[in-house]
Amino acid sequence: MTATALITTGQQPPRRRLTRRTSQTIVWFVALTAITLVVIYPLVWLLLSTFKPNAEFGQNPGLLPWAPTIDNYLKVVEGIAGVPLWRFYANSLILAVSAVIGTVLSSALAAYAFARVRFRGLGVLFTAMIGTLLLPFHVVIIPQYIWFQKLGLVDTFVPLILPKFLATEAFFVFLIVQFIRNIPRDMDEAARIDGAGHARIFWSIILPLVKPALITCAIFTFIWTWNDFLGPLLYLNSPENYPLPIALRLYNDQTSTSDYGATVTASFVALVPVLLFFIVFQRFLVDGVATQGLKG
Amino acid sequence: MTTTSTRTVVTAAARGRRRSRAAAPPARPGLKRKTLRETLAGYAFLLPWLVGFLGLTVGPMAYSLYLSFTSYNLFTDPRWIGLGNYVRMFTDDPQFVQSATITLVYVIVGTPVKLAAALAVAMLLNYRDGGATFFRSAFYAPSLIGASVSVAIVWRAMFNTDGPVDTTLSLFGIELGGWVGNVDLVVPMMILLAVWQFGGTMVIFLAGLKQVPKELYEAAEVDGAGPFRRFRAVTVPMLSPVIFFNLLLELIGAFQVFASAYIISNGSGGPAGMTNFITLYLYKRGFSDGQFGYAAAIAWIVLVAVGVLAFVLFRTQRSWVHYAGEDR
Repeated sequence: MTATALITTGQQPPRRRLTRRTSQTIVWFVALTAITLVVIYPLVWLLLSTFKPNAEFGQNPGLLPWAPTIDNYLKVVEGIAGVPLWRFYANSLILAVSAVIGTVLSSALAAYAFARVRFRGLGVLFTAMIGTLLLPFHVVIIPQYIWFQKLGLVDTFVPLILPKFLATEAFFVFLIVQFIRNIPRDMDEAARIDGAGHARIFWSIILPLVKPALITCAIFTFIWTWNDFLGPLLYLNSPENYPLPIALRLYNDQTSTSDYGATVTASFVALVPVLLFFIVFQRFLVDGVATQGLKG
Repeated sequence: MTTTSTRTVVTAAARGRRRSRAAAPPARPGLKRKTLRETLAGYAFLLPWLVGFLGLTVGPMAYSLYLSFTSYNLFTDPRWIGLGNYVRMFTDDPQFVQSATITLVYVIVGTPVKLAAALAVAMLLNYRDGGATFFRSAFYAPSLIGASVSVAIVWRAMFNTDGPVDTTLSLFGIELGGWVGNVDLVVPMMILLAVWQFGGTMVIFLAGLKQVPKELYEAAEVDGAGPFRRFRAVTVPMLSPVIFFNLLLELIGAFQVFASAYIISNGSGGPAGMTNFITLYLYKRGFSDGQFGYAAAIAWIVLVAVGVLAFVLFRTQRSWVHYAGEDR
């Protein structure tokens, strides 16, 4: 039974006849291809729909545009609400790059303390840090908003960037801690004997060795910040400060004119950097998550 | 070593405790100074995290707990009303009850479906080694971009009246007339969007599957276990720590669904409040209506719900989660 053989984790049954093996492989391949088509379809639809003229959207739900045009792109580049597209892009980029720098730096510092320094209160603080992993953000957004409001920082990038420099993403701290724990301690001990302090060991020995973990953190932070919606929605209210996701909402809200082509095209344009990132760094992303999280 | 992160977290915390006890200063002045130096170094490295932890997590938690017992609109001082917000929520706010209900449905139905899909596809991928890399990446992509506004816009277009999904179904003689405006179909549509992003979970399952010793399957087969029996007796127990880890994080993640619901309903939570998930409801109450005290109370109910779920999971894990290196 080909189907049942797939139900276990797919250990190859020992010494089956070749024809049976081949047909199983074909079934396997066809099944995966079918899943791929379903999973990728929305993205392909998005890409091809950017070339559909506005009038076509109601009548043509299919993939291929009947009368391909680049009008949508010309319209999107102009921007919306008096703000050109490059401005939204620049805002997204400023937020994402600042978040990457802040998160990687502060998470690495905290992770080094948790993994390599012995001090009182370590256990309690480490448990607290892990606890924040399970904390729903609902309980902190309201006070955070009120405080930033009182400080007059609403409609600036500060509330969106400052937390990133304070290692608020426990997931990344934990990831780097796991990575540092897998580095043999002999390195540190040797440096110690030579008289190096913690700062020196952190900077010259540990940081270069945990580079893969830092890259994983950087990529994820970039993508998550790039896609973040709730933060900018709360804190930014003038269009010239909007990053792309909030700018998309402007297109999306215009139900009266229902400029469907522009909405879809702007969505695609906003996704391009993330998709490129994914294609370039996919190995890091997939392996980074899979191996880091599971090493004991 | 086949321990998983959840396990590591627990032991690491214990190790930290042991370590900090071991670092208690012995009666030698030279060493004492060394311990003090270590402690100072530790806190120096931890400084950014500590500031964030106290200023952006602990402080806000305490403040929102206080606010939840008040009536506060940002412009006048908070007015203490005791349990008023909580009473109102459960006795005088049908919108909250609906919001809590659809959120729980989304969490309790969506999460297992998503995990099952992730595990099934991970097992498919694990079946043969060659060529799986391409598929793995293709499946992973949606989970990275799934939370974005762009995807929510596409999703709405896909499921809209006369959209691709409807057109495809009508080929099979199923006429639904669009999902987005349909009160009965909009929650399933949101669940499908979550399931579509199974890639991240799948990758973690895949790493877990790779660590299951092949001999176990061979032994089970020799003992005459069929494929279903092998799945139940080998795969599930060996993967249970990974299942636990994924289940916990997915449940908490599902409570926080916001962007897709906001975009699909244009911020309204409609049709008829069926996409008014708890985060969206909290957002509207707090940031649109300016009822910050009430919104804080909703936030604490979410925290309690997540806490109860996590507690139940941790309590039941003894009976079904099986860590390597332990006797059963």
